[in-house]
Amino acid sequence: MTSFEKWFYGETDVLNHAMDEAREPDSPDHARKERVKARLAEIRETEQYRERVENSRKEFRGLYLAVTAVGAIALIGVLLYVTACLPEYGAENPHTLEVITRYIEKGLEETGAVNIVSGIILDYRAFDTLGESHVLFTALICSMLLLRLDRKNMRSDHEDYYTVRTDKFFDLSADQIFRRVGAFLVPSIFIFGIYVVLNGQVSPGGGFSGGAILGAGLILFSASFGFEKVDRIFTRKVSSIITLCSLGFYSFAKGYVFFTGANGIENHIPKGTPGNILSGGMILPLDIAVGLVVGCTMFGFYSLFRRGSIGGNGAATGKSSK
Amino acid sequence: MAFIWNFPLFTIVLSLFSGALCMVLRPKAARYYTIIYQCFLIILVSFVLWFTVTSDSQFTYSMGEFPAPWGNEIRGGVLESLVALAMLLVLLASCVAGWHFLKIDIDESKINLYFSVINLITAALMSLVWTNDIFTGYVFLEILTLSACGITIVREVGRTTLAAVKYMILNLMGSGLFLLGVVLLYDFTGQLLMVPMKSAVAAVLTDSESMPALTLSVAIMTIGLGIKSGLFPFHFWMPDSYGWSTPASAAILSSLVSKAYIFLLIKIYYRAVGIDVITQTPILKMLFVLGICGIIFGSVSATSPDTLPRMIGFSSAAQIGYIYMGIGIGTHLGFVAALFQLLTHMVTKALVFLAAPYLEEASDNNIKFIFLQGAARRDRTAGLYFTFGALSMVGIPCLGGFAMKLMYGQAAISDPSSAKMFIIMITLAASSFLNTLYFIRTVIRLYSDPEEKASSERQKLYKAQAENAKRAEGRRGFVIAGAFLMALNLFLGLFPWIFEALINQGLAMFS
Repeated sequence: MTSFEKWFYGETDVLNHAMDEAREPDSPDHARKERVKARLAEIRETEQYRERVENSRKEFRGLYLAVTAVGAIALIGVLLYVTACLPEYGAENPHTLEVITRYIEKGLEETGAVNIVSGIILDYRAFDTLGESHVLFTALICSMLLLRLDRKNMRSDHEDYYTVRTDKFFDLSADQIFRRVGAFLVPSIFIFGIYVVLNGQVSPGGGFSGGAILGAGLILFSASFGFEKVDRIFTRKVSSIITLCSLGFYSFAKGYVFFTGANGIENHIPKGTPGNILSGGMILPLDIAVGLVVGCTMFGFYSLFRRGSIGGNGAATGKSSK
Repeated sequence: MAFIWNFPLFTIVLSLFSGALCMVLRPKAARYYTIIYQCFLIILVSFVLWFTVTSDSQFTYSMGEFPAPWGNEIRGGVLESLVALAMLLVLLASCVAGWHFLKIDIDESKINLYFSVINLITAALMSLVWTNDIFTGYVFLEILTLSACGITIVREVGRTTLAAVKYMILNLMGSGLFLLGVVLLYDFTGQLLMVPMKSAVAAVLTDSESMPALTLSVAIMTIGLGIKSGLFPFHFWMPDSYGWSTPASAAILSSLVSKAYIFLLIKIYYRAVGIDVITQTPILKMLFVLGICGIIFGSVSATSPDTLPRMIGFSSAAQIGYIYMGIGIGTHLGFVAALFQLLTHMVTKALVFLAAPYLEEASDNNIKFIFLQGAARRDRTAGLYFTFGALSMVGIPCLGGFAMKLMYGQAAISDPSSAKMFIIMITLAASSFLNTLYFIRTVIRLYSDPEEKASSERQKLYKAQAENAKRAEGRRGFVIAGAFLMALNLFLGLFPWIFEALINQGLAMFS
């Protein structure tokens, strides 16, 4: 089998044979496996072996580059061709304009939102946005599955592993310049984030963008003052509860609107005066919910990557239970 | 409007909420909640199926006060309800049967997160099945991709991380291509909902210059979904991600996630583009060829590995090839056969993936065939389930696999003028031969006398472990869920005409 085939069928050890095979090694077979491993390590040390690996690596790289280049050029060609065939601007089929015409002409009247984009994503096509806000949540859960410290991923022979994983290593909060600038910037970022969330229905912005700003504010705060300060208020429990309440509110509020809309029942949600903060029907509360989820999620990602937990109480699991 | 038409909405919204809820529940509570919740969903969807079949009706359900083409919409008919019900049943069986290994493979503090992801997968599967909007399809496809990576990665050993990274790269490529296809189609038609899009496509096609570009955009979409479901030549990530993840995840990935993409593709063909338009393009021929290549290469590759999970993974590639071959035939019977195979493979693969790890556990967690010798004697239930699944895939009469191959034969013969008939017949024969070769070889090895190969010391160890496994928590769940999947398979094999009639009824509602 050539090296390419080995890669193709997933048999190459990219992690340099550092991977575990069985679930729990605790048997006579384990000793045998250890012997095989040791012998493999010996072979790997020889000059001949290294040369062979280097050669196959070169071979593979060449082939890989060639295939990638051909594939990319073919795709570019196809896409350019299709783009050239698209109808010219202004000469579209009458069907093409049916949907956007109503969004633009009647959007304000039907959704009560001056910002048509908010009207479209949170009212006309709210189901897509309901899914989209759960995409972020799914990504957060998957990062937690992988990165949150537990007994399995804290098992390492490396001495400093715990220190590095729990963020004792790259702590910047002692830096004076960082702290001073942070103290000045953090409040203004928060205020701006809240403004963007609350004004989603009257000006560009909304839950997703405002939430990202709030998350950035939290990240800057924790980077300049240390996680201890954030942990006082923003624990894992708080984060989970905020996320659950926001997503739950979002799902049920939209579920109610879908239910009433499909069954032809009046939903009794006031539209408000267009241009005011209280306008756009459900858009404002939904924006707040999305903003909270996105803020928690952004900070969650940062916190998980830096120290393997959201909020303080999670970090202890690894070391203490070992 | 009947109240039952609200049930699909409940299956989606409640599943999304359950995903968030499981995050804060305790591990054990999250598990019980998920299982009870899935039983509840099965009841809801059964009602929808019963109602659509008996009243021969379908429904569109506007998500909000704005009707199509301005607001989102979901839609249900016989076919959607049937596929949704089958998916929920297999999902429940996988969660119940995989519990024993979940406890071993996942750190206890993360079990609730795992069930949270399972609920998100449920929401995504339901949305992909019920959707009547191509962009909603894309959104929930993202959720499905991410959560599929999540349930792969959860074992936290080097191999699963590597497999998940591979899975993620290929799947993101697939999602990207699908999105490009959606964008291009939207540019042509200005619509995202399936029914208005279909009439817009018909209007666009009066201008003959648009045909090649339209074909290419649908082809890009098809390739995107093909990559995601493991169509040849993109099947090489399958053995890794299926073989190294925890059994429940492997069963869900191979039998549900890949099928949801294929079902979405069929729905787009029928409802968003129009099957008469698709048959004019070379896309179906491409799928036919790739499907056959998938069957042959998948089966040939499955004969060579020396480990059990890789063999099953490659055989999955071959089975996915069958579905694409059925779509590629392009006739009504071809689609019926493809949809029947979709159901059969869902049930059979889950059974095999759930039984195989028990055989490995009875051989000291060795996955190599040489150590698996006699494993079915040590763990008779798992051996029985595995053998049953293997026999079904080989195509023994009375089992689901046989009915599937028969349907493919009928689809081929129905159009004797076409050259496809010979190709299908030869492929069926060759693939059945190869299936027999690798599955029966495995079954014989599993049942043959282990004394020849193993030392007596190892024999004792194996026996002790098998005894332990029988008493382990979660064993009863495996026995019940396995028997249930076996019964489903037998039902598919003994009464294929029921499903044929349902699929026919559903397809008639599609167009």
